Amino acid sequence: MSDTAGIGMRHVDEFRSGEAAAHLAERIAELVEPGRHYKLMEVCGGHTHAIYKHGVEDLLPESVELVHGPGCPVCVIPMGRQDDAIAIAERPQVIFTTFGDMMRVPATRGLLLDAKARGADVRMVYSPLDALRVARENPDREVVFFAIGFETTTPSTALTLLRARAEGIENFFVFCNHVTIIPAIKAILDSPDLRLDGFIGPGHVSTVIGVRPYNFIAHEHGKPVVVSGFEPLDVLQGAYMILRQLREGRSEVENQYARVVREEGNAQAMRAIAETMELRTTFEWRGLGFISQSALKLRPEFAAFDAELRYDLPGIRVADPKACQCGEVLKGVIKPWECKVFGTACTPERPIGTCMVSSEGACAAYYNYGRFSRRRDRKQATTTPA
Amino acid sequence: MSANSSARTEEEVLEAIEARRRRPRRKVMSEQVTLSHGAGGKASHDLIEALFLPELRNPLLEPLADSATVALGGAGSPRLAFTTDSYVVKPLFFPGGDIGELAVNGTVNDLAMAGATPRCLSAGFIVEEGFAVADLSRVAASMGAAARAAGVEIATGDTKVVERGKGDGVYINTAGIGLIERDVELRPDRLQPGDRVLVSGTIGDHGMAIMIARGELELEVELESDTAPLVELSAALLDAGGDGIRCLRDPTRGGLATVLAELALASEVSISLDEASLPLRAEVIGACEILGLDPLYVANEGKLVAVVAPEVTDATLAALRSHPLGADAAVVAEVRPDPPGLVLLETAFGGSRVVDMLAGDPLPRIC
Repeated sequence: MSDTAGIGMRHVDEFRSGEAAAHLAERIAELVEPGRHYKLMEVCGGHTHAIYKHGVEDLLPESVELVHGPGCPVCVIPMGRQDDAIAIAERPQVIFTTFGDMMRVPATRGLLLDAKARGADVRMVYSPLDALRVARENPDREVVFFAIGFETTTPSTALTLLRARAEGIENFFVFCNHVTIIPAIKAILDSPDLRLDGFIGPGHVSTVIGVRPYNFIAHEHGKPVVVSGFEPLDVLQGAYMILRQLREGRSEVENQYARVVREEGNAQAMRAIAETMELRTTFEWRGLGFISQSALKLRPEFAAFDAELRYDLPGIRVADPKACQCGEVLKGVIKPWECKVFGTACTPERPIGTCMVSSEGACAAYYNYGRFSRRRDRKQATTTPA
Repeated sequence: MSANSSARTEEEVLEAIEARRRRPRRKVMSEQVTLSHGAGGKASHDLIEALFLPELRNPLLEPLADSATVALGGAGSPRLAFTTDSYVVKPLFFPGGDIGELAVNGTVNDLAMAGATPRCLSAGFIVEEGFAVADLSRVAASMGAAARAAGVEIATGDTKVVERGKGDGVYINTAGIGLIERDVELRPDRLQPGDRVLVSGTIGDHGMAIMIARGELELEVELESDTAPLVELSAALLDAGGDGIRCLRDPTRGGLATVLAELALASEVSISLDEASLPLRAEVIGACEILGLDPLYVANEGKLVAVVAPEVTDATLAALRSHPLGADAAVVAEVRPDPPGLVLLETAFGGSRVVDMLAGDPLPRIC
């Protein structure tokens, strides 16, 4: 790996060392050019969460702005798909298994949590393999897994499908909503209302797809990309490496997370995905609209496991509530607090938009963790005399 | 960008959120009760403040404390502390304890946090048809042992049986009374800038032990619930700190974060929490990391939080540490004037963030 500001890292504690962070913050401050404003997008919701949870922005100079990107699996599911999920869950023979966050995503007829209260058998699981176990334990019921997420979670759904087929389990179904990160980044780069200086690339996704798919960002769009890990020091170091590229006039794809991410990704995981799933022609993203070839569905060979074929779904496209500006937030065009309903009609207790639901959503992270910022406080103290 | 003249500034948005947080809740925002209403966070507060309190309001209930305090005579005479709690934990038996032990300790601790010496408990059992008698017998035995350890008597009880499928083996309700003989005023609105916050040991042990014991996570972690009676520990603390002790709480459902968020709002002060000083087991850190949970919100059943005046900090910390249940006690936070009503975490990394109540995650039943 290239120069990482002289910090060797091994264990989790080391990635949260205040001393190392302070050292790195000094190096970053030296790189920043006076009078220039930097906008760096962290693509992945995991980064957004880490940034707020550990107060990473407090260690950055005021001229370095972190813009939160679209890589939050819960945030990008459109309302119509959530309605479909509730329709499946409400079938009496179905046990509907889902990650916890999806239970609080608003749909036309309330939340999955409300459907559960009305009598639907909705169960929280931590992985698709848990859902498969529920299917094994309940052979007289139909067990549906609500599959969401980027390339990070897609392989585990793929491997679960392969295992279900190998075991001959016939009462297990997948409601597939897996999406892919590259088309979303393309959509953001094509968005006219955003000027970004560089990208903190998604670490977990890259363990699967590798780092080469980001080359177009560096080479065609001239923006540095640094694939980064999820500890706060990883993120800070990612920012450092981007700023160093900008200072040196380079735009390359660099790998800060080399302890986990290999250049070529994980071929076995990619094979499992290719064996079980194929690209949809188009898929609707919440707030971003339809993006072509941006999502996956089950291959015809796995039709017997496909919840979309098994059940007659409403499949109705539902427009986002007018007031909701999740799309602008997901693209980084506005900050969470700039949304008209942020903190008033839309709160973590009663969210309107998905960005307020997931802990990886920019609005929830800002609302829950970022309402007070030492950096902001410092700025106010220097601009308004006491 | 959206910088027109009618747009709100960031400061205005944040002020509006703070104002909204302080407004009394007038309406339950959903048509059905969901699991969020039982999670001890904001949704639970909605149910209590908007639904129960308007119908049941009276001066004893109004403070919404863990125990009600009933005056028995004139000034200077002992007061009665009265509390109740229901236990629906799943699984019923878990490393470090079971539902019976929890049902005694939980209620005993609510009394102890009011500065009371617990005297008697009631025990109500709702048993599901088909539940093994041997299991019920185990539960009864551990309740007996826990009551003896805590120095209370189970003075009255009730048993009901419901049809198979209508309960999870057994649910237990206990109510308790105790006497407050000391002249102490332990109240959430007594915090003052300069006060220190102590916790009596490692946080998050009970909640993580239960989640792991459910066997749904396939985590190979050895972790025991910390369920324990806090009667001796709180007495030692009150002896050492006297009137310098502002408030005692046991951070059960909702964890340390929820307790501190409530105290900061009640006293209109800021609480500055130092992440590096939090006593945490490596197993809890690891399991929370994997599950995406924050140990600050994970339940404890044998820990207390004390807010104390600066001049009694050393004495109270020493008193906690001299008891086996308080060996890992630590000063974890300081009370400050600004920003009022907010808990801030100074992260070990060198940043800061807000620590608020949970918005209502449908967490598993842990107590």
